[in-house]
Amino acid sequence: MGNGSDSVLRFEGVTVKFEDVTALKGVSFAVRKSETRIILGAAGSGKSVLLKAAMGLVSVASGKVFLFGDETTNLPEEEMYEVRSRVGMAFQESALFDSMTIAQNVAYPLLNQPSIKSKPEQARAKVKEALEFVELGQTLQKFPSELSGGMRRRAAIARAVVTKPPLLLYDSPTAGLDPITAHTIMALIIKERDVDQTTALVVTHRYQDGNLVANFRYNSQSGNLEPSRQSDSTRFMVMREGELIFEGDQDELEAASDSYITKFVKHVD
Amino acid sequence: MPFTIRHNCPSVSLSYNGDFGALRGLLDFFKGPILAIQEFYSLFGAAVRNLARRPHYWDDVFLQMDTIGVGSLWITSMTGFFSGAVMALQMGHALQQYGQTGRTGQVVSIILVRELGPALTALMVAGRNSSGIASELGSMKVTEQIDAMRALGTDPIQKLVTPRMIATAAMLPALTVIADLIGMFGGFIVGYFIYALQPREYWSTTWKALDWSDVAEGLVKPFVFSFVISLVGCYYGLRTTGGTQGVGRATTQAVVTSSVLIFVLTFFITKIFVWQSPQ
Repeated sequence: MGNGSDSVLRFEGVTVKFEDVTALKGVSFAVRKSETRIILGAAGSGKSVLLKAAMGLVSVASGKVFLFGDETTNLPEEEMYEVRSRVGMAFQESALFDSMTIAQNVAYPLLNQPSIKSKPEQARAKVKEALEFVELGQTLQKFPSELSGGMRRRAAIARAVVTKPPLLLYDSPTAGLDPITAHTIMALIIKERDVDQTTALVVTHRYQDGNLVANFRYNSQSGNLEPSRQSDSTRFMVMREGELIFEGDQDELEAASDSYITKFVKHVD
Repeated sequence: MPFTIRHNCPSVSLSYNGDFGALRGLLDFFKGPILAIQEFYSLFGAAVRNLARRPHYWDDVFLQMDTIGVGSLWITSMTGFFSGAVMALQMGHALQQYGQTGRTGQVVSIILVRELGPALTALMVAGRNSSGIASELGSMKVTEQIDAMRALGTDPIQKLVTPRMIATAAMLPALTVIADLIGMFGGFIVGYFIYALQPREYWSTTWKALDWSDVAEGLVKPFVFSFVISLVGCYYGLRTTGGTQGVGRATTQAVVTSSVLIFVLTFFITKIFVWQSPQ
């Protein structure tokens, strides 16, 4: 477990229940500044709920959540807006607003976050920059329905990073994508990590996503990924039926003997 | 204050270790409807409270006024015209037996303005818009757009519910007045061509038959119904779960609930006006 005092995000025995289903059972962990945390687990293991609990989007039945050192457990919605303005989240299936263009979607947090409220002309420049970062500069006036699944994910990442938040949450960014597009998305996540030194939580069920984050860095000169071990800044967690059953680095993960964990670990040379 | 969606609520369980299985079953049976009523009032309270809080999404209000008001004009006008025409046919035939065909306009206007205009217009708007609101918000819910909105600093009730409530409250009374007038015109067409009523005779009896209390009743009803239509649609939309199947279910529930509530409220509002009117 990381040091709680300098953690960006910390969970202390967090339990989340939906009617009769317990989605998270006493989960505790801490994420340090500039760390990338890869969260592995099967469908329904509580990975997405964990991100939503961090954002205050679901009620916590017991335990405590700390963001940037302050407790945010079940804060009133109005107070959570301020906290959320410092967190970017890319949702599973993108969650772009259907009725808005890509430019309007990406501009949304700049124009609507109460603590940001950029002027439209300032927002326009930032939107263009964010969309160019994800190589979607030509899609400003398109609607989400006009883009492919991979492009929508990239637009969702642009919306998450446009305010330059210190913490980014990626909910299954590669789910349902072909391997090439999934690699492109992960490359963008690594690029964002290395360019802005952002702290990130990446939920995925693909070990190769975590492997890529842990072993590659973005070369700003060539604009490509190159091999570079990131063992200090990349840690893994494994969720099973709402419980956190593993926390450690890649070597510890690969050495684990639990059959559930070994199912996720595939050696990629 | 966010609307508490049941899906996100911490579990509430009534635990009892005794042998009162039937009592527990009864409590469980009522728990669902009581929770639903509580959530609906919570949504209603939050939506009304937002009227006095910034930001106000006026663009969304005008967009919804266009969708709900202008978009429903054709069907409510058709409904108004033919309900007025049918009423004139029936009443004209009945009144003919007493030599009172001249009173056709009077009967048509009173029934239209007091009862049928508000109820039928509201039912048409409920069928078209309560379902539309539920399916739109339901789709947003199951695709996490509602969560995204909250994550991006916007209260979904302020952005989605309050504008729909304001727009429906503004447009439904207007649509009802238009439907009433077109219904009277439908009655006139029947009276003129079938019962050979003179225009002056029809319109003067139509106009004179109406009292201020009739007009008030004809405006209070659609105003009350507007909250039912918009909030029931929003309520079922925001609590949608279960993917596209859930969206379909929410849409059906919104139309059925709002339609039944319109009939129930028609009875109670009419009762209040009957009780208030001088003998």
